[in-house]
Amino acid sequence: MTVESPAEVAAEKVAQPSRGEGPLRIALGRLLRKKIAVAALLFIGVFYFCGIFAPVVAPKSYTAQDLDQVTQGPSLSHPLGTDRLGRDVLSRVIWASRTTVVVTAATLLTGGLVLAVGLGLLAGYAGGKVDTAIMRLGDVFFALPGLPMLIMINATLGDRVRSIGLLTKLEDWLKIDGFPDYVLIFGALSLFAWVGGARVIRSQVLALRETEYMTAALAMGASTPRILFHHLLPNVSNLIIVSLSASLGSIAGTEIALTWFGVGVQPPTPSFGAMLFEGGSIRSLQAEPMLLLVPAAVVAALIFAFNLLGDALTDILTPHGR
Amino acid sequence: MQGFFPYLVRRLLWAPVILLAVSFIAFTITRLGPGDPVSVAMGQFRDQEVLERVRAEKGLDKPLIEQYGIYLKNLAHGDLGESYVYKNTDIGELIFPKMWVSAQLGLVALIIVFSVGIPLGTFAALKQGERADPLSIGSFLFLQSVPVLIMVPLMQYVFVLKLHWLPTGGWDGIFDKRIIMPALAMSMGGIAGVARITRAMTLNVLGEDYVRTARAKGLREFTVLRRHVARNALLPLVTIIGISLVSLLEGAFFAETLLGIPGIGRFSFDSVHNRDYDAMMALTLIIATGFILANIVVDIAYTLIDPRIRYDSRKSG
Repeated sequence: MTVESPAEVAAEKVAQPSRGEGPLRIALGRLLRKKIAVAALLFIGVFYFCGIFAPVVAPKSYTAQDLDQVTQGPSLSHPLGTDRLGRDVLSRVIWASRTTVVVTAATLLTGGLVLAVGLGLLAGYAGGKVDTAIMRLGDVFFALPGLPMLIMINATLGDRVRSIGLLTKLEDWLKIDGFPDYVLIFGALSLFAWVGGARVIRSQVLALRETEYMTAALAMGASTPRILFHHLLPNVSNLIIVSLSASLGSIAGTEIALTWFGVGVQPPTPSFGAMLFEGGSIRSLQAEPMLLLVPAAVVAALIFAFNLLGDALTDILTPHGR
Repeated sequence: MQGFFPYLVRRLLWAPVILLAVSFIAFTITRLGPGDPVSVAMGQFRDQEVLERVRAEKGLDKPLIEQYGIYLKNLAHGDLGESYVYKNTDIGELIFPKMWVSAQLGLVALIIVFSVGIPLGTFAALKQGERADPLSIGSFLFLQSVPVLIMVPLMQYVFVLKLHWLPTGGWDGIFDKRIIMPALAMSMGGIAGVARITRAMTLNVLGEDYVRTARAKGLREFTVLRRHVARNALLPLVTIIGISLVSLLEGAFFAETLLGIPGIGRFSFDSVHNRDYDAMMALTLIIATGFILANIVVDIAYTLIDPRIRYDSRKSG
């Protein structure tokens, strides 16, 4: 973290009320002053843009085959070459990023936000038996080896989830191929993703409960939702951001790992896991290393960007985080 | 050490509860999967009558809870069940040699992680503020970002296909050169993690008064580092041995599969693909047991090393 002169810090404090800026905006300003964090943010932004708008951005469909041009190197019509089935690698990378985008966003929303924040707030605020129940459940999940359990869940429940009628209907309606796969993966990931965040939020809420402004709020007869969402949530938002950003890289990596193992997203829905599996065999490496290097570079860069961003945010948002 | 033994007892009593929960969840999940193991093992062309008979023989026609009870009873007798793929072979017989292979590989990787990570982190801490500092932090973070399933093929490409230094894969004990690739690939992320923590902790300790005192009384820099800095800075590393073991294990899934090493990682991959549910069940239980025990051992080790840590029952959580 760059050391700020006391004058700067003081100036910021004085300027704060007059500009009407919240602490989050100040944090954002600090983030934007870090060049590496900005670069990471830019990369993540481009990646998510490509993922969300894959149907528009990708030059070709992820299933379109050009059997005259199998395992070709880069050319004008295929900037990153083609794979063994004559599919455009660039398009497949873009469509695969859509899988990563959907899974990370959905896991973050369900496991990271709804479950972690909800259960963390509830445990800290309600206390007593509710607290014990939630935290013991968390202990069980925390004691489980994540990846082996996820592989087991996905391997055995995969076909069952894929045959749920509602999900296949949603798949057609949303026009997202492989929607049941996504639900399976982010559902399983969410089961494990909430524990860390919920613990941190709970302990913060426990500390906040003893503060004077909480006593004041209670004395004035504030309703429970008001206390939860107006008084407590804003004060744990920093922690939420830190724990979310720290988990992004591992969420993305776990989806890729599961698909690599053959229990995640099923073909033909593209995923980096499947591309890395196909490109990583020794035969494929010998004949066409590009098929490994292209997805490998994108995946490594993405996880690196997530980690850099998470690191920067931890620096900025945790007061004694060194 | 007051409060430590009650804490230890609570932890040890808690472990079987978690394991029971794990076994129940895993058991239910495997039985919820489409098609029971027998129909999977017999394939498409099966005789309905034979199917029913084998199912009855294996007790698969009983209610789920009863099946679970039988499973637990067998488990208590050390019987992990029978593999449906390798016919008439106890899973125990299959798994234990594979666990030995994985344990050797994991141990070598763990040694690499700490013996490379600690000096690297200390070095980075001493260079803090110099040009090498952001570079080293950056490269640690980057190394942590490359998954094993990418690291292994990259190493194969360089060391096998381009430089012809190493064979493609395989396994022949820890003194064979074929261990180099999996051990290195699995330890990269851990090295970076250990180096980052070592750096942060060393920086904290370097600012302490007693380090200044040690320097002021004329001790050699190496002695200061070893006796005053390292001793205090390396303590938190004990806690991450558990986490390192887990990430090493996760890496083993990919390294063993890619390099054809006959360990439990490879066996998990095969079991998943063959839908050998009892084998998966056994693997999950074994891995969970190891994981939980490792965490307990680490917690105990931590208390023994640092007497300042108290496990007050009211503050834990």
